[in-house]
Amino acid sequence: MDNDRIDQIIDKHQGEASSLIQVLLEIQRENSWLPKEILERVSEKLQVSLAQIQHTATFYKAFRLVPKGRHEIHICNGTSCHVRGAQGVIDTVQDLIGIRPGQTDLDSKFTLETCNCLGRCALGPVIEIEGKTHSKMSPAEAKDVIKKYE
Amino acid sequence: MGVVTLTIDNKEVKAKEEMTVLEAAQSAGIDIPTLCHHEKLEPYTACRLCMVEVESRGRVKLDTACSSPVKENMVVRTKTEDIIKIRRTLLELMLSHAPDSRELQALVKEYGADKDRFEKEASFCIHCGLCVRYCAEVKKKSAVGFINSGVRREISFVPEIASKECWNCKECFELCPTEALQTAYLFTVAQISDSPSFELESEK
Ligand code: SF4
Ligand code: FES
Repeated sequence: MDNDRIDQIIDKHQGEASSLIQVLLEIQRENSWLPKEILERVSEKLQVSLAQIQHTATFYKAFRLVPKGRHEIHICNGTSCHVRGAQGVIDTVQDLIGIRPGQTDLDSKFTLETCNCLGRCALGPVIEIEGKTHSKMSPAEAKDVIKKYE
Repeated sequence: MGVVTLTIDNKEVKAKEEMTVLEAAQSAGIDIPTLCHHEKLEPYTACRLCMVEVESRGRVKLDTACSSPVKENMVVRTKTEDIIKIRRTLLELMLSHAPDSRELQALVKEYGADKDRFEKEASFCIHCGLCVRYCAEVKKKSAVGFINSGVRREISFVPEIASKECWNCKECFELCPTEALQTAYLFTVAQISDSPSFELESEK
């Protein structure tokens, strides 16, 4: 994302420091994550210190300060999936790809996230990878599914 | 400038109307413990140690002295049994995070708190925000800030700014009631001085 586009988004919010969260959200929607260079630009334009931006960007889980992997794995750990054994699935996937929820592996292959209800409670435990839903997952099946991704 | 009269611990105190209860008490030689207060900084009410009982227009409530403005006829009690109990608990909690802090140890002793009440869980920083606020409000550099939220909240230097500003300042070091700040700084220096483009201000 170039500086012109960042400036455009900031101008839309009249360069108000109080719009920081909106600005960051909008940038992230287009750029998928928030690299340091972008935060520096935002800091300069909005006159908000980098320390303050860091505070806000790390406070809310919605912001992503590392790039996303090629494949995004969402594992549901909502009540239904949880009682159907989602934790076992999460543990297995964690061990398999070597990262914890919220992280991206060093090859940028996977990003792992957990969430609290994908709306498919009757089919739990549910995993969603790139918009495709895999239902009634056992830990072993989850392993097989994930191994198919390159 | 108006002057108001209030009562603190049964003593009549005259204070300027823009003062806080803490300032009024200090001017009358009444001691209220504080950890996150600093004259040059805006009130932050993080440590809650300055909690006092305030009676105003017939209503009694607990409030932080460092942030409450004085009011005419206000009645303040700084050492009731309830308040001492609250302070004890606060100190016990903070001490479990920063067991080696001299300042906390002294207060724990003064208030007869139990230093072993909570299991030690040393994270060192007690989130008083003195370093963060001093750097932002007084020095206007914001080289250090908070990151994350909840139990994972901690201070973090912004390496790009810290490498330029901190070496010659370090004024926040003596403000920190624990050793968290200095440790974090040394850690930042160690991390960034590894990168080839890094040149510490002192080495130039
Ligand atoms: S590092 Fe020290 S001064 Fe800074 S917030 Fe933590 S306890 Fe307070
Ligand atoms: S000094 Fe008032 S809350 Fe810390």
